[in-house]
Amino acid sequence: MATGGPRMIGNVITWLNDPSHWRGTGTTDGIVTQLERHISYVGIALLIAMLIAVPLGLLIGHTGRGGSAVSLANAIRSIPSIGLLILLVVIISPHFHGRTQAGFIIPTEIVLMLLAVPPILAGTYAGVENVDPAVRDAAYGMGMKGGQVLLKVELPNSLPLVISGVRSAALQLIATATIASFVPLGGLGRFIYDGLAQRDFPQMIGGGVLVALLALLVDLLLAAIQRILVSPGVSGRFSKRADRRRGAAGEADSRVAAVDEAGVTV
Amino acid sequence: MSGFANEVSSSPLSFWSYFMDHRSADLQLLWSHTWLSVVPVVLGLVIALPLGWLSNRFSWSYPPIMTVSGLLYTIPSIALFVLIPPLLHLDQLSELQVPIALTVYSVALLVRVVADGLGSVSEDTRQAATAIGFTPLARLLKVDLPIAVPVITAGLRVAVVSNVSIVAIAGTIGFQNLGNLFTTGYQLSSGTSPYYPPIVLGLVLCVILALALDALVILAGRGLTPWRRAARG
Repeated sequence: MATGGPRMIGNVITWLNDPSHWRGTGTTDGIVTQLERHISYVGIALLIAMLIAVPLGLLIGHTGRGGSAVSLANAIRSIPSIGLLILLVVIISPHFHGRTQAGFIIPTEIVLMLLAVPPILAGTYAGVENVDPAVRDAAYGMGMKGGQVLLKVELPNSLPLVISGVRSAALQLIATATIASFVPLGGLGRFIYDGLAQRDFPQMIGGGVLVALLALLVDLLLAAIQRILVSPGVSGRFSKRADRRRGAAGEADSRVAAVDEAGVTV
Repeated sequence: MSGFANEVSSSPLSFWSYFMDHRSADLQLLWSHTWLSVVPVVLGLVIALPLGWLSNRFSWSYPPIMTVSGLLYTIPSIALFVLIPPLLHLDQLSELQVPIALTVYSVALLVRVVADGLGSVSEDTRQAATAIGFTPLARLLKVDLPIAVPVITAGLRVAVVSNVSIVAIAGTIGFQNLGNLFTTGYQLSSGTSPYYPPIVLGLVLCVILALALDALVILAGRGLTPWRRAARG
């Protein structure tokens, strides 16, 4: 029986430090290849989800109609992704023959996309909804048309919540893309499932460490993008008073938390 | 279980007869799935209440507590499952690793919710409560927490619904729960002949479980806040 503890941590570090595990060998793909696959599964699904959810969320928030689309998107959350993935794989994969992996990639992307739409949609919708009505009225008062108000006022003002939605979607996708390795696909989950099957626990835990590190890095990256994209006028960053800045950030964060939950409540 | 597979047609709609054929095994999976979805959230709330109170009461503790809980929440579930045993000196594939990982998630999610909920109590209300003689502890239990119930309830709903889905993932790395129905269906589907019943049954049971737990949380939240109904009616 393998025991846990410091020795296992040492074994995991040894596994992660072995260059052949990064490059791969003739028969197995290394960490670099699996990382690229993991990122591509997540990136494609996230991109499609953003193309669907951001315009839809802007529209729903701007018109104030179609709130039921938001609750529908949240009802999807109660469907377990692993079950949906396996269902789609047994439906779709028999239609592909030969060496193509399309029969597994298409179901994986559908599941990941369905997972990413609700948080982005909820974030965008709530972002537009939360824009100060006085700001919106001022924009109309200055003679802006509906479309201009949406793109020049509501969108920049709602950007922090839109990006928060994208961040939480990205985290969920990085976590869930590991199950693509349960149906025989690559990605970092490969090490977790292979390690489990071979009782090679350093490999399994090493895979887990890599997924967690990827999630942290991507979250930091998106936080940096958020800092660049969001106007200082919206984030209140120009304010010199540290406490006020912290207060504003805390308020925005808690609103996101509220949004995440509002999804289910509304 | 696979020995009985041929008794049931492979149509997606025959999940009910599949369930009747494997009733006791399936009910056991449902029971352990329910247990794994509920207990970590309850434990998580018990741990999150004092932490959330702390971060609301002493503002210096808010940023570090929220940063740590935010970081914990970014760790993918399957990674946390496999990381728990070496960190806590447990055996690999210990019965405890899934409930511990889920408790960590629930704490990470609920700390912020509790802090925000307590923070939403208006200063006027606090001062009024103090003025009519509530001690700080009594005010926390009888005024602040009840007012925070709707916010906390919303967080609990997210926690239980996402737990049901995460527990199913634990089913693919060897733990007994409804996730096993998916792996069974996957193994029984060969090449061009899909075998739907266990997969569909698993999806149906998971969704029913998630909706039922969600409804329970809503009911509990309403039961704890009778004044909201009075105000609405």
